[in-house]
Amino acid sequence: MPKRRIRWKISACLLAALVGGFGPARAEVTVAMTYLRQEVQAPPVLSNLDPIPADLGIAGAKAALADTETTGGFLAHHYTLKVISVAPGGDLVAAAKAVLAASSVILVDAPAESILTVADLPEAAGALIFNVASGERRLRDADCRANLLHSIPEDAMRADALMQMLRARRWTRTAMIVGPRPEDEAYAATLRAAAAKFGVEILAFKAWTFNTDLRRTAGKEVSLFTQDLPDHDVLLVADEADDFARYVADNTWLARPVAGSDGLRGEGWAPVLEQWGAVQLQNRFESAAKREMRPRDYAAWTALRSVGEAVTRINSADPAKLRSHILSDAFGLDGFKGRPLTYRRWNGQLRQPMPVVNARALVELTPIDGYLHQENDMDTLGLDRAESACKAFGG
Amino acid sequence: MRRIYLVLVALPIAAFPVVAAAGEIWVTNEKDDDISVIDTATLEVIRTIPTGERPRGITFSSDHSRVYICASDSDAVEVMDPATGEILHELPSGEDPEQFVLAPDDKHLWIANEDDAVTTVVDVDRREVVAQINVGIEPEGMAVSADGKIVVTTSETTSMAHWIDTATMKIVANTLVDSRPRHAEFTRDGKELWVSSEIGGSVTVFDVATRSEKAKIRFAITGVKDDLIQPVGFKFTPDGKTAFVALGPANHVAVIDMKTFAVEDYILVGRRVWHMALSPDQTQLFTTNGVSGDVTVIDVAERQALKSIKVGRFPWGAATRP
Repeated sequence: MPKRRIRWKISACLLAALVGGFGPARAEVTVAMTYLRQEVQAPPVLSNLDPIPADLGIAGAKAALADTETTGGFLAHHYTLKVISVAPGGDLVAAAKAVLAASSVILVDAPAESILTVADLPEAAGALIFNVASGERRLRDADCRANLLHSIPEDAMRADALMQMLRARRWTRTAMIVGPRPEDEAYAATLRAAAAKFGVEILAFKAWTFNTDLRRTAGKEVSLFTQDLPDHDVLLVADEADDFARYVADNTWLARPVAGSDGLRGEGWAPVLEQWGAVQLQNRFESAAKREMRPRDYAAWTALRSVGEAVTRINSADPAKLRSHILSDAFGLDGFKGRPLTYRRWNGQLRQPMPVVNARALVELTPIDGYLHQENDMDTLGLDRAESACKAFGG
Repeated sequence: MRRIYLVLVALPIAAFPVVAAAGEIWVTNEKDDDISVIDTATLEVIRTIPTGERPRGITFSSDHSRVYICASDSDAVEVMDPATGEILHELPSGEDPEQFVLAPDDKHLWIANEDDAVTTVVDVDRREVVAQINVGIEPEGMAVSADGKIVVTTSETTSMAHWIDTATMKIVANTLVDSRPRHAEFTRDGKELWVSSEIGGSVTVFDVATRSEKAKIRFAITGVKDDLIQPVGFKFTPDGKTAFVALGPANHVAVIDMKTFAVEDYILVGRRVWHMALSPDQTQLFTTNGVSGDVTVIDVAERQALKSIKVGRFPWGAATRP
């Protein structure tokens, strides 16, 4: 059956000029946004598959800009997005100062320490900053900042999602392989805390010590490496650099599923999501970026869409007003995960359902029914109000 | 990747005796690429008719001699003879047609192209695209006023109702609604436009003359999380007194007094209730339940669910054939 394609593409600005009435009169609003990235040298990994895209995150912000501009076209709201990328070791502070002079909404893609450096600049006091890259707990805890919201899930939200699912399946006996890098140790600690929170046992830990090329020897090496682990239901792997974990599955001594950094994973977003209208977002993203949408892209997408949603509703580009609307009861973002997304008012974390996925399908959308919470069941994932030492939000 | 789907027109049409006075409800099964036909007298599926890929919107011509089906993944609107189930021809629809309305004069089909942010107007006799109108991202809900003068498209990501003058085929107004509008309908007297917002959890009622918001209806069901109450399809009774609103993953249909806008009742139905159709005698309401793959039959007067009827996978649209 031949496909009929009739496309008359017109830019949002031209569209605004073409359409007639706009409903109630609205003042022109211009929102200047910047995506500020501190480039980080990624460690070398074993496999050449799945390289990190050069536009990771940025493509998500651009997709959100296109979505937002269309709405803006009908409302005389104009949006601009500049991308500033600082080379590894470059002067982030100077770049941030220049960015803050020109725009009041900033998406920061950088390690936690650098994000704090930007948020603490005197020039950033009145800005609205989104952390779109760091899952570190401390930014939601004692090191939170009033001008800093987090659209990327805290790492604990990923780990909690996975542990909820394992507990719901009663796969509660696990063992863990921990990679050699500090990020691996950190995620192992996060998984351990999540396991304790949901009553999942980790019976043994084993440090990954191999220095071989596993593409040739995975079958023999991993089998022996896992032979002395006590019997378990699921084998957890903490490998945040995506180095060796892909060689663990199907090479283990016991036939066990792999979870954590590979295999079964808790994520903010995954290409396998198709329900809740997600396929539309995936299609739009893929046709623009020529690749699948990754969790970091989604984090940038939700940050920029949060701004767009707030501007649409309050008809203002003032960062203080935007922040207060985003943190209010009136705010709800359609994030293609089946429920409105809102921000935690005590630490600025975007509250969201967390998919648990494998390579081929969505396995569970957490929170799973039955995990109760006194305020919002999505707060069973990640740092909750009572645990958070964050004071900057008046909590 | 899209499969090439061959439409096989090998239907046991003569095998089913026509029951006098009985009506039919036609239900599109999004993930089975077919239509389940339910007999309103026996409440059983009496025919299953193959369609193009991912059938969603479905509507009959006013004399019921034709049925139009949005075959979303075939990028076409199929025109079917309801008596034989034969697909007579396709209409050019633009990409990914999801939902549509047929103008009261049966001439133009107004189609929401979900992936393309346009509304396509097709002349059903000449089988030509007459106009394409740029609207917001992910257009879905389509409504036409009883006099045929206004068409409304709602766009999900843009959260707007776009009001289109059918004479000029141009947008005359854009009105914001709550997040992810799904369905729109004019009341029969033409005075009100209702728009449901799935993620916003509300139904907005507009005064058509001023295009201003007249009422906002919200919902609350004991034991159901507020943010899972997601209004999608709705249906008015022809007397203009009662509206039934499908609440998606809340698995309930709300009953609303159209004068006071008060929610009077909630009826438990199947999982992820989507769209609805009334039996020809208006005594029964049929709801498509996407996740449970069935149709719930509701007694309109008693406001009670009578029966669940198993249909195909992901039933979506519903239309009545007398």
